[in-house]
Amino acid sequence: MDISTQNPTSPPTPQPTEAEAKRAARGATRPGDRIFVGLSRGSGIFVLVLMGAIAAFLTYRASIAISKDEANFFTSFDWNPAGVPPEFGIAVLAFGTVVSSIIAMAIAVPIAVGIALFITHYAPRKLGGTIAFVVDLLAAVPSIVYGLWGVLVLVPHLNGLYGWLDTYLGWTGVFEWSGGPARSLLAVGILLAIMILPIITNVSREVFRQVPRMHEEAALALGATRWEVIRMSVLPFGRSGIISASMLGLGRALGETMAVAMVLSPTFDINASLLDAGGGTFAQNIASKFNEASPMGRDALIASGLVLFVITLLVNGAARMIISRRKEYSGANA
Amino acid sequence: MSNASLTDQRPPSSLRGATLPKWFAWAVAAGAVLLGLGISFAAGLDSSIQWALIAAVLFVAGSYGISAKVEGRRQAKDRTATSLVWVAFLLAIIPLASLIWTTVKRGVKVLDGYFLTHSMGYVRDTEPGGGIYHAILGTLEQVGIATVIAVPIGVLTAIYLVEYGRGKLAKAVTFFVDVMTGIPSIVAGLFILSLWILILDMGYSGFAGSMALAILMIPVVVRSTEEMLKLVPNELREASLALGVPKWRTIIKVVLPTSIGGITTGIMLAIARIAGETAPVLLLVWVTNLINANPFKDPQASLPMYIYLQFINSGGQGAAYDRAWAAALTLIAFIMILNLVARGIARWKAPKTGR
Repeated sequence: MDISTQNPTSPPTPQPTEAEAKRAARGATRPGDRIFVGLSRGSGIFVLVLMGAIAAFLTYRASIAISKDEANFFTSFDWNPAGVPPEFGIAVLAFGTVVSSIIAMAIAVPIAVGIALFITHYAPRKLGGTIAFVVDLLAAVPSIVYGLWGVLVLVPHLNGLYGWLDTYLGWTGVFEWSGGPARSLLAVGILLAIMILPIITNVSREVFRQVPRMHEEAALALGATRWEVIRMSVLPFGRSGIISASMLGLGRALGETMAVAMVLSPTFDINASLLDAGGGTFAQNIASKFNEASPMGRDALIASGLVLFVITLLVNGAARMIISRRKEYSGANA
Repeated sequence: MSNASLTDQRPPSSLRGATLPKWFAWAVAAGAVLLGLGISFAAGLDSSIQWALIAAVLFVAGSYGISAKVEGRRQAKDRTATSLVWVAFLLAIIPLASLIWTTVKRGVKVLDGYFLTHSMGYVRDTEPGGGIYHAILGTLEQVGIATVIAVPIGVLTAIYLVEYGRGKLAKAVTFFVDVMTGIPSIVAGLFILSLWILILDMGYSGFAGSMALAILMIPVVVRSTEEMLKLVPNELREASLALGVPKWRTIIKVVLPTSIGGITTGIMLAIARIAGETAPVLLLVWVTNLINANPFKDPQASLPMYIYLQFINSGGQGAAYDRAWAAALTLIAFIMILNLVARGIARWKAPKTGR
């Protein structure tokens, strides 16, 4: 409505001066606002710069080491950066890291999905809440304590399993056991599985909670059993959530340091058998070798750390890409 | 069987098929356990795990078979799925319960007032005595400095993302904060190592470790603060802005106080997460047996490194091993208390969203 037709007796609205109009057009430009926007945007940019700096400095130190490396960095089985000439490669570490993480995933993902289903769909409501709370707490147990426990409790208990695998599956070569202490890649994989159970459970639980009730009730109304409800409405809805939860767990398993360093008895060699000592992981190798490393050795360790950084970056980035389709849940709070 | 024949005589309009009574699952479970024990006795198996495994297999197979006969295949499948979910739950509970039980049982051996108030100065590894005072001091200082660095950056970043962030920059920040959550702690340690110790030529210090811990803490703080700020109702912001309050004052005086409970919870959970980190401390702070109250100079002890050092030096037994477990119990207790208090605050100060 035009102002002039509204009420002819009302005083005309004051025209804004040029300066006022300018200020209004610029919006919030009070000094306080400007400083605050600057600070908060600055922090955001700082996070980006930090990520860039991590990549840059690791690459810089790693390039020093790799340029002096006489062996092939990716395929060599040696780790002798202090030697003359220095020779080192990450083949053994890559093998150990990948194998132990795969074992951990194979064990942890089905069990974690089972627990998440138990909490959301099977347990009585009160019990489910309590279990969810306990799982939350367990996610906070430091890895060094898992390491202590692994050495004292887990490793001795694995002897029976190792013997059984050797007797019945030893012919495959993968499960051959020559009888040393059970501190091999399989033991590490099992320990990692226990350690990443809480995070996978937490994230999948959040996803299962968000399945629309309508989907489930529709399935129930059609006469589906509880398992059919889960298979037809819960799992399809939660599939991307389960995948990204697993990848978050994988990221943790790849970078786990102290527990692996305490349980594994490392040898710098690739062994076909998962039950015999052999192999190592990136993080474990850094933690165990750092103390005695020469300056050259430190740079070599940083080079292997750079590889670990890139791998976890890719895994986590992929997990986030999948998860960002549904923005509501995130493993950051798990 | 009698149930099945009963339903056959019912009129075909009956909506439900035959169902097994509620005590059926318990009866099969009891039978499976008894049979499992019997078999393992007969076969002379001595492991405590084997009879349980046999019983579990018997239970799943037995309930599937009987249920398939009486209730039909679909119901039987449902029962199998239920038992598998229960098995997954029990399987996971065993190691986790064992972990807590072992830590408490081993930890209480030497954990007392003396242990908490004395350092390891001039105590040999094989000797009993000594304590973790120096490690507690170091952990508190390192975690404190990390918190002072990480909280302002984290909270401001979250404010940027929720209140100001639009466009490419905000998207990039969100993505990289998420990715940063997954950085292994040892990589954060290596970064500070290459920047601070190798390039700037500083020595080991608690502060170096704090910087690495701050890197691990920032993304957690950002994510939890972001979630909390999003819960603040828009009406509150609009009411404040409509009164002519500048945006920055609206954020400080209205948005933050409304969500302060949740933000505090997030920060405490982040602290709980970094307090147990060993890897960066191993690379950057190292460890000492003496009290070093200055976090900016020379190696400093911390609880995780203390545990590691005592474990390495003990060879799996003796006084040092007991000390490692007692320190582990202290660390877990500290982290659990932080967690419980944080969750208590979250419940007490939960923003009223009207849901």
